Amino acid sequence: MSMLSIRGVGKHFGGLQVLQDVNIEVPGGAIFALIGPNGAGKTTVFNLVTGLLRPSSGSIAFQGQDLAGIAPHKITRLGIARTFQNIRLFPDMTLLQNVMVGRHHLTSYSGLAALFALPSFREAERRSRERALELLSWVKLDHKAEATADNLSYGEQRKLEFARALATEPKLLLLDEPVAGMNSSEKAVLMEEIRNIRDRGYGVFLIEHDMRFVMNLCDRVAVLNFGRIIAEGAPEEIRNSPEVIEAYLGRGDEAEVLP
Amino acid sequence: MEAFADFWATYSTLIFTVGIHALLALSLWLTLSCGLLSLANAAFMGIGAYTAALLTLHLHWPFPMVLAAGALAPAAVALVIGAPTLRLSGVYLAMATLAFGEVTRILVLNLEITGGPEGLNGIPLLTTWWHILLILAAAGYALARLRRSRMGRAFEAIREDEVAARMMGIDVEGHKLAAFTLGAVLAGLAGALNAHSTFFISPREYGFENAVDILTMTILGGISSLIGPVLGATILTLLPELLRFLHAYRLAVNGLILIGVVLFLPTGLWDSRRLRQLAGAWRTRREGKP
Amino acid sequence: MLEQQLVNALTLGSVYALFSLGFTLVFGVLEVINLSHGAMFMAGSFAALTVVTRLKAPLAVGILAAMLVSGLLGLAIDALILKRLRARHAPHLIPMIATIGATTVLTSAAQGLFGVEVQRFPDELLPTREFIFGSVHVRALELAIVGIAFLLMTTLFLVLRHTRQGRALRAIAESPKAAALLGINVEGLFLATSFTAAALGGVAGLLIGLNFNSVTPLMGQPILHKGIAVVILGGMGDIRGALFGGLFLGFAEVLSKAYLSSQMGDAVAFGLLFLILLVRPAGLFGRVLERKA
Repeated sequence: MSMLSIRGVGKHFGGLQVLQDVNIEVPGGAIFALIGPNGAGKTTVFNLVTGLLRPSSGSIAFQGQDLAGIAPHKITRLGIARTFQNIRLFPDMTLLQNVMVGRHHLTSYSGLAALFALPSFREAERRSRERALELLSWVKLDHKAEATADNLSYGEQRKLEFARALATEPKLLLLDEPVAGMNSSEKAVLMEEIRNIRDRGYGVFLIEHDMRFVMNLCDRVAVLNFGRIIAEGAPEEIRNSPEVIEAYLGRGDEAEVLP
Repeated sequence: MEAFADFWATYSTLIFTVGIHALLALSLWLTLSCGLLSLANAAFMGIGAYTAALLTLHLHWPFPMVLAAGALAPAAVALVIGAPTLRLSGVYLAMATLAFGEVTRILVLNLEITGGPEGLNGIPLLTTWWHILLILAAAGYALARLRRSRMGRAFEAIREDEVAARMMGIDVEGHKLAAFTLGAVLAGLAGALNAHSTFFISPREYGFENAVDILTMTILGGISSLIGPVLGATILTLLPELLRFLHAYRLAVNGLILIGVVLFLPTGLWDSRRLRQLAGAWRTRREGKP
Repeated sequence: MLEQQLVNALTLGSVYALFSLGFTLVFGVLEVINLSHGAMFMAGSFAALTVVTRLKAPLAVGILAAMLVSGLLGLAIDALILKRLRARHAPHLIPMIATIGATTVLTSAAQGLFGVEVQRFPDELLPTREFIFGSVHVRALELAIVGIAFLLMTTLFLVLRHTRQGRALRAIAESPKAAALLGINVEGLFLATSFTAAALGGVAGLLIGLNFNSVTPLMGQPILHKGIAVVILGGMGDIRGALFGGLFLGFAEVLSKAYLSSQMGDAVAFGLLFLILLVRPAGLFGRVLERKA
């Protein structure tokens, strides 16, 4: 059974049709990629799933629950977390604080407990801090826990964003162009991290236009072109689909050369 | 002892004002800590001041209850106007809160119960130095605790990136409303204390200029910690006294300070991060030398 | 009586429109809420007053002095403060706070130079003729005010619409980055905009100063609030909106003062403004810009 079902979804901004009759079934516990040229509407799909935008038509369901009308922060609490194409950290906060923000809805105590630092407050904060440190160690950033996020290198920022997303304890992780702007050795490291995440039981749904990266990593791939899904299947099937080659791989070398 | 009595007789009003301004700067710090530039805090102060003064003058409530009412009345107003207003962001929010402040001021100016342009006279001087000190300390403590709680982290996250905060499962609207309302509580308290330390109040004290003054104090001190706003309030309250010799040009100094801070010290006088780095550099240098 | 009120409303409304035009122009092009625009208004009034009383110059020279002095002040604020903040990509609210500082400095300087009392133009300088249309008395001064305001506004519209610089400005308002790529001298036009806007504000100040024959260092504050109301009414950065909004506010204010109460007129204006902000933040005439997440 699929974890996320996108059925017949369309989206237009004014007269501009961005997505048309998009159907995607994202399985749990696997790495699923949505690929397509720039401007195909990939990020819009993420914005619809996370509730930042509302679909013009169609429906989106997560684990059988319809997401229509659910506020974005509540969608996160249902178990969907995301990263951003252009990395959106909290730059003036420490790495530890960044990750602890992700634990917001999982850390509970009363205002009174916080005001007087009662045991319930201290216990909840301690657990939250420990989990945050553990997640930082997963992405090998625990040694920088007390540094502020704006001191990190590009690759480290991506990894911190992973850890922060994982802190919300998602069942499905949406990654928006996770290797954009990275060199090949950084990409290899990140690929390993994503595999690790999947092996820990998370579902991963990622957007990419770096073909080589996707083909080596993903269990299943869907291709979006001009707002429509034109193919879906295992990486080998996609590689050999004439439609995909026509629409996308025809410009493949260009897409691969570009950072 | 006598010297102290003289000093107190001369400067007690000034010291009261420093404390009340510090409380106001902290109220704006709270709103700013959630990324909201509100110009409504002067109006909230006014609502608190008038509520408290009217309760004392007409109903003779005991002072602690008057203070509580002075804090809660603006909070209730903040809750009502906050829900629709806080959908606006950035400059639009600043303008909407400015408009709200003007509406409040003009209403107070025209209502009978508030005494119109003359304001309210003969308010008993119930505020003592320890009231102000106690409330300021309690507010400082509560805000320090808040910063270390999940709510404080959520405020900071919203200020730094609202969309990312939302994606972390934070109820952005709810937290903004909380910051706005709690800011109104502190501003209202400052107003209630002020009304009972100056004998009379008038609508002139709660207008746009006052909103700007509060903003100036907070920005001058810096919002990276709680010390900044208190420092800013102290400096800007004492400075005009020190600059009396400049007569009419006195206020120009305030303006130049504001411009100077914005241009050269964008994080304010008290930037905890910069201070830490400075302290770190100093320690390394000292340890480097045998 | 109503006709007489309409004349007053048109006079006031056209000055509000002229003042707000500069305010909205700066917002549209520089994306700054320039709260020193009220100080430009005040400075223009004092510049003209000084020229006509001290130098015994004719009123026309006073108008030029108002434009020049206010324009140069606006230019100075842009060159000394706003330019540096642009270079640093400071968030929008920071320049706004800086302009509050500039206002304090200028107001305080005016108080030091001219004192806090109300100053007046010498009576013999003001045109005294009155035209009578039926029951309506129109002072020549009022005609001149409306005439000058509309002349300047029309000139601005024509410049924005038909000149190369005007088109460049509109391109900047859309996207400064794209405009820079097109080879437009963005910084130069920013300075020109600041000068023009402040000059218009200065003339507006002179016109109001003449209309009520009263000039004070604090006269910029209430007009600034009205300018904000107008710009929100008309849509931030919307030139035509400022014209309609200014006239609308002039009529709303004069009529509510005449037929409601003298002070509640302002409450009605700001209450309305507050409601508009909640319902249509982009203004009555403005386009609603939906930002993509």
